[in-house]
Amino acid sequence: MLEISLHILDIINNSVKAGASLIGVTICEDRSQNCLTVEITDNGCGMDAEFLKAVTDPFKTSRTTRKVGMGLSLFKAAAEATGGSLSINSEPGKGTTVLTSFVYDHIDRQPLGDMAQTITTVLSGTPALDILYRHQKDGAEFLLDTREVRQILGDVSLGAPEVILWLTDYITEGLAGLEETK
Amino acid sequence: MKSLAELEAIRNKMQNQVGMRKDDDAMTRVVVGMATCGIAAGARPVLTALVEEIGKRNLAHVSVTQTGCIGMCKLEPIVEVTVPGQEKVTYVKMTAEKALKVVSEHIVNGRVCAEYTVGAEQE
Repeated sequence: MLEISLHILDIINNSVKAGASLIGVTICEDRSQNCLTVEITDNGCGMDAEFLKAVTDPFKTSRTTRKVGMGLSLFKAAAEATGGSLSINSEPGKGTTVLTSFVYDHIDRQPLGDMAQTITTVLSGTPALDILYRHQKDGAEFLLDTREVRQILGDVSLGAPEVILWLTDYITEGLAGLEETK
Repeated sequence: MKSLAELEAIRNKMQNQVGMRKDDDAMTRVVVGMATCGIAAGARPVLTALVEEIGKRNLAHVSVTQTGCIGMCKLEPIVEVTVPGQEKVTYVKMTAEKALKVVSEHIVNGRVCAEYTVGAEQE
């Protein structure tokens, strides 16, 4: 993975497979603290303590097609390469939270990448899913709640191409706005 | 700036099109592998290119969906195209540019892009 946003896409796909209906993605870039944190939280099926202990091991996976699962291991390695860390909280039946922190100015910190593409990729694959995307940068904030979008759209799918194109532009402009207000 | 008001316009436009969508048997299906291996190899920009191009061309008979790992991780990003009544075509090592060509050549004009298929790759 070359971008943090690709890791986020991969981890959200875990949440989708866990049957989540609502996923929260909170990114906080705070240059005064020299840190970047990514929190992904879902209301999916969760994991028991035993599975949780081993879940960042690449040879631990819930899938049955083969014995490896790289998603969380790669994300953890990317965070630790900067001196950051990854932690997971999970409760069966309630959901899972993955919290990752990066050292902002570390040379090995991957660029955040294209978050608009990550969000729209998830929605075009799973239009029934709701995402609460919050992105803070040095005090400024961008917020997208797909439940609001869904309310306006009525019975039109969030995965419709026109909606995906709109969302891409909306998120891209919103994030560019964070740069300007700083 | 994009505004929520534009969403209402999209809704009104889309609602008029409801019912124009053909039944599943008549749909051309495009499937993109979007597991860890696909994402790491660049499947996300491929999917974005496909969705945008199919949206721009207003191809209502084409559905783009995602799947997990197809099992040929070293050939990712993989895109499968199934035109009704024809055999499935598997494209490998895709890029956004190749994806646009597949839309115009294969999906619109019905000419398989043989050079991108898994068969051409393994020769």
